[in-house]
Amino acid sequence: MKPAPFTYHRPADLDSLVATMADLGDEAKLLAGGQSLVPLLALRLASPTHLVDMSRVLDLRAVDVHEAGESADAGYLVVGANATQRDVELDLRIAARVPLLADALPLIAHPQIRNRGTVCGSIAHADPAAELPAVALALDARIVVRSARGTRRIDASDFFLSYLETALEPDDVVVAVEFPLAAPHTGAAFHEISRRHGDFAMAGVAASLTLDHDGRIVDARLALSGVASIPLRAAAAEAGLVGAAPTDEAFLAASSEATALLDPPDDIHATAAYRKHIAGVLVRRALRAAHERALAGFEQS
Amino acid sequence: MNSAPGTPHEEAPGVRSQDVRIRVNGEDREAYVEVRTTLADVLRDEFRLTGTHLGCEHGVCGACTVLIDGRAVRSCLVFAVQLDGTDASVVTVEGLGTPEAMHPVQQAFYEAMSFQCGYCTPGFVCSTVAFLDEWRASGRPALDERDLRVALSGNLCRCTGYQSIVDGLALAVERIIGDETTTDAAITTATIITTTTE
Ligand SMILES: Cc1cc2nc3c(=O)[nH]c(=O)nc-3n(C[C@H](O)[C@H](O)[C@H](O)COP(=O)(O)OP(=O)(O)OC[C@H]3O[C@@H](n4cnc5c(N)ncnc54)[C@H](O)[C@@H]3O)c2cc1C
Ligand code: FES
Ligand code: FES
Repeated sequence: MKPAPFTYHRPADLDSLVATMADLGDEAKLLAGGQSLVPLLALRLASPTHLVDMSRVLDLRAVDVHEAGESADAGYLVVGANATQRDVELDLRIAARVPLLADALPLIAHPQIRNRGTVCGSIAHADPAAELPAVALALDARIVVRSARGTRRIDASDFFLSYLETALEPDDVVVAVEFPLAAPHTGAAFHEISRRHGDFAMAGVAASLTLDHDGRIVDARLALSGVASIPLRAAAAEAGLVGAAPTDEAFLAASSEATALLDPPDDIHATAAYRKHIAGVLVRRALRAAHERALAGFEQS
Repeated sequence: MNSAPGTPHEEAPGVRSQDVRIRVNGEDREAYVEVRTTLADVLRDEFRLTGTHLGCEHGVCGACTVLIDGRAVRSCLVFAVQLDGTDASVVTVEGLGTPEAMHPVQQAFYEAMSFQCGYCTPGFVCSTVAFLDEWRASGRPALDERDLRVALSGNLCRCTGYQSIVDGLALAVERIIGDETTTDAAITTATIITTTTE
């Protein structure tokens, strides 16, 4: 047993969870899957006075596909805060509806970690080398937040502020993350390079392409992980791809555009120059894979 | 998991120590512990199930892997209180087999000599049992050596160099395929899991 002593709270429903967080403020940490927080406690990099276990709030476990309609979450996959990464990975609807998420999930650590770690916890934790923050950013996901002040939605583009820092207030609870359902003829791929299978990657790329009936790109999404203190969206590269034919030349141009201004961290895992180089290679690979998958979708329909 | 209502002493203002009641290897077990006590420590120190080993105590090595509701989990990254009062079912290496009646995975590891010092072995066995169970549940898709290595990648071994562990897993896979094609009988792999989680 290595964590410093703390006081444990286990609210039984969402209202008492929100009330407990409002009471305790920045003295408390939410405990979701614990797969990032418990290591931090064990290493005493964190020693909060209170831990608030959210696992008993059963309605936060749901994973729902909301087709187009009137409600605010129509057209989204809604992943509740207690849904584990593995729950979503094994959900047979995800590959067709949010293919980028389906491709990224198996790259997170190992099944032993994904069996407890949550999708929302990974996004709330905001490790820049993690897969899901880049997925959320690429897809314009929305983070649904609840506190005593009410419920609000934060766009992924406004959510990640710095290393492990987000737009969340200390008493905010992420109750769900909403991922837009993919348009028809969309292909997606998450590619990364890590030293060993399951390790945090040195760099990663989330790519998604949507084609029109002539095979031209009508929507392009690109986000990079592990190359800055937050996941980065490659907006200029995306703009260059829209309207273009999906050729190797177009993907090469996107890769130069996406990595031109990168200034990645230099650490024991990789040098800055190496990270920048593999980021460029991964952009090309991910775009090529996304394109092939979009074409495969055509053949089926 | 997490469906039964918890015990009454859990409400705010929160607790430092409490009774925890957890189902382990088919039995309800209880202990009074500090809330910062991990599942691994409760298994070892309170329930004397010392087959679950601790290496790194922060999620990296996999030595502490146990099964919760049939899924492999790091017991050093779960606080015992998180399972208290739930219908979660924990299975440790002791719950899989005995020296006289080994679990098929233990038998395969034994025959393939998938260990040297044995420190990592309970974790590898639990991860392998969960992997094979999920593989069977998904209709036994073809596996190549890379799949086997990926399946074992969440566990570290400092002795064997891994080849003999891959061999042990391959032997277990071979036996399942053999058994199911010749007799079509239900395999005993993870019998205990299916009987305790329903
Ligand atoms: C060995 C190992 C390898 C790993 N490798 C990877 C990897 O390759 N890629 C990767 O992405 N991750 C990796 N992880 C981390 C893993 O994915 C975690 O599960 C995830 O980062 C956090 O999710 P959690 O549910 O476990 O959150 P917790 O650990 O419970 O919480 C993490 C943080 O987020 C906060 N939080 C959690 N949920 C909420 C919420 N709903 N609202 C507000 N705040 C919240 C907590 O207060 C805490 O500060 C690894 C972990 C380990 C131990
Ligand atoms: S002791 Fe739990 S993973 Fe190392
Ligand atoms: S056999 Fe010694 S650590 Fe694996």
